[in-house]
Amino acid sequence: MNRLTWSYFAAPQRFYRLAGQAVPWCAAVAIVLTLYGLFIGLGVAPTDFQQGDSYRIIFIHVPAAWTAMVLYVAMAFWAAVGLIFNARLAAMLAQAIAPTGALMAFLALWTGALWGKPTWGTWWVWDARLTSTLILLFLYIGYMSLRAAIDDERRADRASAVLAIVGVVNVPIIYFSVKWWNTLHQGASVSLTKAPAMAAIMLQGMLIMSLALWAYCFAAVFVRVRLVILERERGAAWTREHLARPQPA
Amino acid sequence: MKLYWASWPDFFAMGGYGLYVWGSFGVAVLVIAAELWSLRQRRKALHSEIEEP
Repeated sequence: MNRLTWSYFAAPQRFYRLAGQAVPWCAAVAIVLTLYGLFIGLGVAPTDFQQGDSYRIIFIHVPAAWTAMVLYVAMAFWAAVGLIFNARLAAMLAQAIAPTGALMAFLALWTGALWGKPTWGTWWVWDARLTSTLILLFLYIGYMSLRAAIDDERRADRASAVLAIVGVVNVPIIYFSVKWWNTLHQGASVSLTKAPAMAAIMLQGMLIMSLALWAYCFAAVFVRVRLVILERERGAAWTREHLARPQPA
Repeated sequence: MKLYWASWPDFFAMGGYGLYVWGSFGVAVLVIAAELWSLRQRRKALHSEIEEP
């Protein structure tokens, strides 16, 4: 029975339907939380006594950086599951996570540059936190390029999984870079071991925006994994039947 | 909850950091819009390919 339940949704066809049902909920949560989070972060939260209003970039910068890191771990996890258990759906999930993760890594770097200029006086420094985040973006791009370069999907899964798994070592380096090295980047404002080093309303805005971006990423990944399933299962009878039905524009 | 800003121009100026703040949030919106658009294109391509093999 247990075996049956955990593997039930491992069939791409079943997961296709499950993901389809989850998309509208994730999207609705993302929209509501984004509006609320932006209202708090850009409207209600007071200015920062040191950084002025440039600090408001935190409400997109930190959520993007968090999701970029966590999505990488998720991608590597599913890639590993796909590699070890030879599970098709797990490999498809890893494939579907990569582009969204890359976009989040790009956003973290972009907003970081726009925050660095007014606070540090420079768009970019080769500092441990910034450099390791750039490597994260390159790992995402490398993963996607490697996948795209191999025609046989199953071989592409295996090769890119190895890259994803090796690259996961970079994630703790990003996280601890501000502790291990002297960096220009500030330390963690939020951690599990000590009280947050920011005002309650700012923290609230940041957490709401993080949840909002999470919900968005879930929606985007579910939409993409459905496309990946259709593309890769296009020979299957259920896929052809499904695609033959009229689609909403 | 009380709004921090006294007026709309204040809000858009962001205390002189408007370029940086709006540059961040604006690009975030663009990036997300681009992702959604590309997903839509991918679905269209998939359907047209299946219909006219």
